[in-house]
Amino acid sequence: MALLRRSETVIAGILLLAMVLIGTINPAFWQLDNLFSLMRSNVIIGIMAMGVLLVLISGGIDVSFPAFAVAAMYLTIKGMLALGYNGVVLPLLAATLMGLAFGAVNGFFVYKFRMIPLIVTLGTSAMVRGFLLGVVGTSMININKMPTALIDFARTDVVSVTKADGTTYGLTAMVLIYLGLALAMHLVLRYTMIGRSAYALGGDPEAARRAGFDLRKTIFFIYCVAGALAGFAGLLHSGMIWLANPRDFVGLELDVIAAVVLGGASIFGGRGSVLGTMLGVFMLVMVKNSLIIMRVDTTWQLVVVGLIVIAATALSAWRDRRRAA
Amino acid sequence: MSDGFIELRNIRKVFAGVVALDAMSLVIKPGEIHCLAGENGSGKSTVIKIMSGVYQPDGGEILIDGRTMPGMSPIEAIAHGIQVIYQDFSLFGNLTVAENLAMNVHLGEKRRLMNWRRTRAIAREAVARLGVELDLDAEVASLPTAGKQLVAIARALMSDARLIIMDEPTTALTRKEVETLFRIVRDIQARGIAILFVSHKMREMLEISERITVIRNGRKVAEGPTGDFDEALITRHMTGGDILNQPYVWTPPPGPPPAPRLEIRGLTVPGKCEDLSLAIRPGEIVGLSGLLGSGRTDLALALFGMVPGYKGEILIDGAPVRLRTTQEAIAAGIAYVPEDRLTEGLFLPQSIKRNMLATSYERLAPKLVIDRERAEEMTQGMVRAMQIATPTAEKPVMQLSGGNQQRVVLARWLLTDARVLILNGPTVGVDVGSKAEIHAKIRELAQHHGLAVLMISDDVLELVQNCNRIVLMHRGRFIEDLPAAAVTEETVSDRLKTFT
Repeated sequence: MALLRRSETVIAGILLLAMVLIGTINPAFWQLDNLFSLMRSNVIIGIMAMGVLLVLISGGIDVSFPAFAVAAMYLTIKGMLALGYNGVVLPLLAATLMGLAFGAVNGFFVYKFRMIPLIVTLGTSAMVRGFLLGVVGTSMININKMPTALIDFARTDVVSVTKADGTTYGLTAMVLIYLGLALAMHLVLRYTMIGRSAYALGGDPEAARRAGFDLRKTIFFIYCVAGALAGFAGLLHSGMIWLANPRDFVGLELDVIAAVVLGGASIFGGRGSVLGTMLGVFMLVMVKNSLIIMRVDTTWQLVVVGLIVIAATALSAWRDRRRAA
Repeated sequence: MSDGFIELRNIRKVFAGVVALDAMSLVIKPGEIHCLAGENGSGKSTVIKIMSGVYQPDGGEILIDGRTMPGMSPIEAIAHGIQVIYQDFSLFGNLTVAENLAMNVHLGEKRRLMNWRRTRAIAREAVARLGVELDLDAEVASLPTAGKQLVAIARALMSDARLIIMDEPTTALTRKEVETLFRIVRDIQARGIAILFVSHKMREMLEISERITVIRNGRKVAEGPTGDFDEALITRHMTGGDILNQPYVWTPPPGPPPAPRLEIRGLTVPGKCEDLSLAIRPGEIVGLSGLLGSGRTDLALALFGMVPGYKGEILIDGAPVRLRTTQEAIAAGIAYVPEDRLTEGLFLPQSIKRNMLATSYERLAPKLVIDRERAEEMTQGMVRAMQIATPTAEKPVMQLSGGNQQRVVLARWLLTDARVLILNGPTVGVDVGSKAEIHAKIRELAQHHGLAVLMISDDVLELVQNCNRIVLMHRGRFIEDLPAAAVTEETVSDRLKTFT
């Protein structure tokens, strides 16, 4: 555990260094409204990252969660419009359950057919997206049609500040939801046997089987939770941006996996922590945000994210090799 | 008649029509140290899996405390106190020692929550029971092999074991670690726990066990108190024949002494070995021994072009060469068979043919396209020459026995027309029969093909039997160069013991 803690210290150190660097180039970085907006951008990626973290720890990988998120979001909003329902709790619950059901499909194939998670999730991702656009619809649902309750809920601020020029800005309360889910994930990973079984599975699947872990339960749990978190985050996202776009979240898997790996989780399974992941998410969001402030083209942002994935993975592979030696 | 804790009676096990065990009987008395001896593929692992409930026998019966156990499952076996320590230890490298030790207790109690304080308490107790020092917070992956083994043993003791089965426990251990292990094994025995030691290393069996059962081709061929056995007898039972052990004699050809095949002058690898000088003439087999970390492997790697920063001179047949890459080393005629043939040397899922030709493709394809006919010819020739037991060269290497795998590695290097052969632990994990055959091959290569062989090994007997000279290394330097006359097992072992 001391080692894990140390790798988090390293990440925190790099993060601080990056913040100082960005702050020097662009002093506006340290302004409260920028920091608040940064934290806001952490919420959706962060919630999804918790699911990806769980999958990575178990030695798997999930690239289907953006598809599940968009499907759960779009289906829920369509349903709300069709039923004329305007609320928050039930729709969030519905989106979460839809994500969970999609995740169960992943779990089924990974467990039953012992398939490689990358292939399974690539397949389910393509199917869900295709189904959504082909059967449910391709049209965006704009602010004028979006359920107002969702938007109002997502607009809640924890603190709000009024600037000298009379405009106000605030820190979204969605940050609290993110923190709450992260804490829950931390407790699950650290203090429940199902959480420890994810680490055991990622460490050595054969030893986990021999030790008597119920791997069926573990694998279903992992992919269901990842799906559920994605579904929840998907709907929350539409409330925060006042828009339900059935083509949303394309390419998000790269960002989220980059963030989780950046946070010290091993791509080979067995290692990773919630705190590290949160730091990784913050770092990734901050870097992307700074690139936007510096008016770097979006195509070049992609290059940077790709670089981060490769650098972070190389670093963790190097670390694992050194540890094994 | 059954005074045993566990007894196998006439066990038969068939896999897809192949008889793995037939009329296999084994009695283990409470609190005894019992050895199950047999070559690779003799059915030892099947016996372990039947005793631990992983496999169900197709015939015969298992008795525990005199009662038959039809259809025993792994959980029942554990409940009756049977614990297996697998060769790979079945540990979680990414978790701490404490969690590894406590895991089975938590699982056995069907807990839902993880209590870290209790985990530590369980682990402390486990380590105390074994009477060893272990850092409970260390990650298991960071421990050396011997440490991992201790964790596995401590974990087995946690479950009120009555029989601990150890599958080839000494394979990856140094002599010193083996001694520690034996002390622990006797300690466990003193508490009335029986140990089944599964091995093919004869001297270790004779040293530790009280009774021996020998298995060959799935049948029990001998059984009795250890005092009734000696190495030759066990070998005969295990292989079904005698193995000759004559020391290797190298006589320099008449006339002026030939130029050394391999000569090193003042070879230095910073921080690893210093100022090493050695000459090996054609036909010589020179042994190199020393403790782990003495620099012997670093020397081998430098000779194989894997340490580009070395200093000093290397000469092949009198011509100086500079070995900065493995390609340069191969071109200079140096072949290296690494310590762990499984991870370093072979492409396990690939065919024998591909493995053999792995270093010869450049010569086989002078004009871009591989000369398939010649490739086939070379492979067939080698399979015959090396007597590899296989119906076809297309068979994946992982389906071969350890000895045959080692022969594939040797064959590969012979195909490169190597003049210098460096062997690092050539018979680690290989059973007696194959070991003798590999030794015979190596001798033949030196004697009839004029190769210079450098044999690095922990197995002193292996060096004494096969080398005409033995060099001892310690802390990066050559300490002694023992000529053939001075080479006996005792002198070498005694000299090695003085190094610490």
